[in-house]
Amino acid sequence: MTDPTERTNVGAESDPPPSPLWRHPAVLKFANFIFTISLTFIGLTAITFVIGRVLPNDPALAIVGDRASHEVYEAMRIHLGLNKPLLLQYWIYLSNILQGNFGTSIMTTRPVLDDIIRFFPATLELASVATVAGVFIGVPMGVMAAVRQGRLTDHIVRVIGLFGYSVPIFWLGMVALLIFYAKLDWFPGPGRIEVYYDGIVTPVTGIILLDSALQGEWEVFRNAFMHLILPASMLAVYALAYIARMTRSFMLDQLNQEYILTARVKGLSEGAVIWKHAFRNVLVQLITIIGLTYASLLEGSVLTETVFAWPGIGQYITNSLFNADMNAVIGGTVVVGICFVGINLASDFLYRLVDPRAR
Amino acid sequence: MTIPDRSSFTAVKSWLLSDTPASALQARCQRFYLGWQIFRRNPIALAGFIIIAVLLISALFAPLLTSGDGTNQTLSNRLQAPSLAHWFGTDQLGRDIYERIVWGSRVTLYIVSLVAVIVVPIGLCIGTVAGYLGGWVDNLLMRLTDIFLAFPRLILALAFVSALGPGLENAVLAIALTTWSPFARIARAEALTVRNSEHILAARVQGASAWRIILHHVTPLCLSSMIVRLTLDMAGIILTAAGLGFLGLGAQPPLPEWGTMISTGRNFLLDQWWVPTIPGLAILLVSMGFNLLGDGLRDVLDPRSGG
Repeated sequence: MTDPTERTNVGAESDPPPSPLWRHPAVLKFANFIFTISLTFIGLTAITFVIGRVLPNDPALAIVGDRASHEVYEAMRIHLGLNKPLLLQYWIYLSNILQGNFGTSIMTTRPVLDDIIRFFPATLELASVATVAGVFIGVPMGVMAAVRQGRLTDHIVRVIGLFGYSVPIFWLGMVALLIFYAKLDWFPGPGRIEVYYDGIVTPVTGIILLDSALQGEWEVFRNAFMHLILPASMLAVYALAYIARMTRSFMLDQLNQEYILTARVKGLSEGAVIWKHAFRNVLVQLITIIGLTYASLLEGSVLTETVFAWPGIGQYITNSLFNADMNAVIGGTVVVGICFVGINLASDFLYRLVDPRAR
Repeated sequence: MTIPDRSSFTAVKSWLLSDTPASALQARCQRFYLGWQIFRRNPIALAGFIIIAVLLISALFAPLLTSGDGTNQTLSNRLQAPSLAHWFGTDQLGRDIYERIVWGSRVTLYIVSLVAVIVVPIGLCIGTVAGYLGGWVDNLLMRLTDIFLAFPRLILALAFVSALGPGLENAVLAIALTTWSPFARIARAEALTVRNSEHILAARVQGASAWRIILHHVTPLCLSSMIVRLTLDMAGIILTAAGLGFLGLGAQPPLPEWGTMISTGRNFLLDQWWVPTIPGLAILLVSMGFNLLGDGLRDVLDPRSGG
């Protein structure tokens, strides 16, 4: 394809040989980025298609039951499109997803997308608060451990990290409920909010903390916040273990560099060396790590939601699962998958934008 | 092994430390011995090793360590607190929890070894072929790997199990499906670093086929980093399996799987805390053991990537 404006510019430009716009490195990077996204999306939908439509023995039989007559069964097969070739079925499935059509949930009898929009904010609230907590605790922990490498602080941070990696979060949640709710009664029990506060705040974003704060219902805010603390801490344990470990190893890399020695020789204070020099470089690397954590908490909250009866997407998926509500399961999986992939790619992209070395 | 008298002990030691190994076997034993020497000095790794050794022993000798097979119900004896007769108490069906934990170690080992047996060959195969052949094969295989790498693990495993139906084998398949991709990445990275080394060139000059080189010359060099990664991944595999079991999608009762035990014991949390708490401690301990062991093995086998 030739662009008329480009042709006129060719003569005007002098020394660097003019390359067409589409060959510019940034454009190529962007094209590659888009290519990766679409490829991952196609892969994700292909796998969920296989899981939802190909693996189950007979979706039509599952709906009509084994006492239905042959005609009813055939009609259902045609209605579901099971008589079409597999590739065509996938194409229909893909175009439906692109239009936001995930089918209807058997359990709630609403479109799956509507359900997801209702349930997703609760998960988002939980994962966001946990990530923020994980960052604000994990990053200083990692920095401290790196600065005092091999000393007591370092060992304590390592043990905490090891615990966060190894503990089954759903079990930790149960133990926390036992201690802090049943025995000590410091925090409210499962659920998002006390029943008598239900309906006071009109849902706008679906994130109760945000909605109640915007509408000035501080009592509701307080109650919702208290409910949030335990489940969010469980997820934060995992988040801070990962973040602290990565921060520590990034920080150690930086502290062994020569520019740190230079800064020390110049007579800068230890605090300035650590926070202004070393940490500035670590911060950029942390973007990817925080993105990864956030994405994994969005999907990892499934078990925590079950323990704390938190009405999020994870609970929606597991509940649908037990009701053999395949549309809902697949819809939820695709949406969580898109968020997961999207956050990872976005943090990768952001990293390249911020770090001049990666450009 | 029996401990021989002093003189043969020093003979073995000098054989292990000799500067000029006479055979490939001796060289291999020497490497193993030196690795063990490094490993032994690391108390953290040793702790992990002991935990995993205990797991292996309890799985192997479960019939000797307990009097039943973990499914004996004694309803008159239900929900007993931990005592001398029942070290960890009994559950809602009067089954001894210590017994179930010991037999559950078999289930845990069964899950992790099955996943390892599926995941490592697939990862090795895809990774070494991609890394050694390069070109469009590499591009295609790595795009595929990246797609799987980008997926949310637990949710995908959930959907997979829901399609195939709950059960131990399906849980293993689901976990394997979401676990193999990092192994392919590692194998590819290793294959890339060795593909132009001299011993590979020598083999190629001798007329060895690509398959022979990949199988006999590239794959063995990938093994150590695969083992490290596998050990570090074990904790994740155990936690995912326990999570699936907790949701009722993994092993089915009465099989003494630890995650399932937590799930069925959940209703007794408030009054009989030991029923769901003890299996959770077992999971915590074993996955901690694998993490510690993996860190230690990394220091011995793969010192480059130490963190």
